[in-house]
Amino acid sequence: MKNTKWLISPIVLWLSLFLILPMAIVVVISFLGRDEFGNLVIQFSLDNYARFFDSLYMGIYWDTISLSVLTTLICVLISYPLAYYIANAGPTRQKIWLLFITVPFWINFLIRTYAWVLLLRSQGVVNSFLMDIGVIDEPLKMLYTKGAVLLGMVYTFIPYMVLPIYVSLEQMDRKLLEAASDLGASRWRAFLHITLPQTKSGMMTGSVLVFVSTAGMYVVTDILGGSKSTMLSNIIQTQFLGARDWPFGAALSVIFAITSLVLIYLFNMALRSRHERSKEGRA
Amino acid sequence: MKQKTNPFLSIHAYLVMAFIYLPVLMILIFSFNNSRINSTWEGFTFKWYGSLFQNRNVMDALMNSLTIAFTSTVIATVLGTVAALALRNAVRKSKTVLGMLYLPIVVPDIIMGLSLLLLFSQFNFPLGKWTIIIAHVTFSISYVYVIVASRISGMGKQLEEAAQDLGASPWQTFRYITLPAIWPGVLAGAIMAFTLSIDDFMISFFVAGPNSTTLPIYIYGLVKRGISPEINALCTIMIIVSVGLILIAQWLQNKGNRGKKASTLPF
Repeated sequence: MKNTKWLISPIVLWLSLFLILPMAIVVVISFLGRDEFGNLVIQFSLDNYARFFDSLYMGIYWDTISLSVLTTLICVLISYPLAYYIANAGPTRQKIWLLFITVPFWINFLIRTYAWVLLLRSQGVVNSFLMDIGVIDEPLKMLYTKGAVLLGMVYTFIPYMVLPIYVSLEQMDRKLLEAASDLGASRWRAFLHITLPQTKSGMMTGSVLVFVSTAGMYVVTDILGGSKSTMLSNIIQTQFLGARDWPFGAALSVIFAITSLVLIYLFNMALRSRHERSKEGRA
Repeated sequence: MKQKTNPFLSIHAYLVMAFIYLPVLMILIFSFNNSRINSTWEGFTFKWYGSLFQNRNVMDALMNSLTIAFTSTVIATVLGTVAALALRNAVRKSKTVLGMLYLPIVVPDIIMGLSLLLLFSQFNFPLGKWTIIIAHVTFSISYVYVIVASRISGMGKQLEEAAQDLGASPWQTFRYITLPAIWPGVLAGAIMAFTLSIDDFMISFFVAGPNSTTLPIYIYGLVKRGISPEINALCTIMIIVSVGLILIAQWLQNKGNRGKKASTLPF
């Protein structure tokens, strides 16, 4: 069983055919034109990218980015204390908590998003409850608002943030905390100066995951936001399956992919410089 | 040294859990609710489950989903396992190959879906069950690879070497030594691939074509058209099945790894 290296070729062939080649086609098509019937025309053009700078699409782009940033921030605020709590629980309880966090991961998120429709719509659970106890007289409009989309996003992505933060809390050097308390630091000061800096990498990883996934999310906006709130992925989907403007849809996808890559790169840079600084500090 | 836990932290933790499970609970409860408008409780019933099983469209979508999940799981598991075995003996793992293997995990669903749609239409490949199967294999291969590779890295080579010293052919060594040893990992990878396939909406939505609706695509249609209480029954069944499968996969993955830290992470 020495020379088994050729066995890697089937998977490489598969991924080249069905992952790399398709993505290359997207890039090529984003530079093509189309005729009045929507058919592709083989002719180099930058029009699709130029169209993106229309204020309509720029607005949607910024809406997408700002919603993603907001979702990421709220996820950090909610997830950090939870991850901290789990990391400081006993080993058995840790396992149980982690299991309970990961189980919803595996429930189809279409179903979980639809559950919020049950809760938020005008004759839904929340409105019925509030009217029954007499807080409000007529149903509040909650579904098909930006707030509903934000709620759905945060709800979907909390586990993506809890797990990386938990991992970094688990890996941190606890002796430093003992040293801090021996030196008379309050728990809060020890947290600020020792725990928080050491778990930055977990927050960063979680933030990249949440940010990129939020920006690429289609279902939550579509189901909880209705027709009013549109995000980049909804436009991309419309261009492909509705308007049949593939070159423009492809250009938007390329822009989306580049945005994600740049962000991941920036996050990595921020992390690396921190590591290098800490190395220098130790030397 | 265990610190005393702050009561606010534990209240917060339970509140977040409530937030996570409340919507799921709503679906479970309302799948037994007698009312069609289903915002208030009007008595216990099994009737939505009954009408669900008589609904031809649901059953067709379910059959499609199961066929697709089964076929793509078999292909992805074989390819992923073979890749994990092949890379095991490679002294220096090629960075390009590893990067390629991890790529499907990081590419956004929507981009994977639409790029496959473009590929199929450029080569006039008719959209249907096979295009969904190809897409599902493509995104689940990497997960199978990661799970099987972690299982392989945990086992020694002594038994295999002993078998070969005793004159076993490479195939016999694989069949009687290697495969049984990595089997829990292979099974866990397969269950993961199956669950990913059953759950996928976005990618299938792009490559499904008009005549091969999967269960998630059908649910999406119901949610968009307006709500029928049958969805709650359908979702309840799906929740129970996927949670069950995942628990089995976790158990299998942790079974062989005793002594090592149990992994609750998906990869």
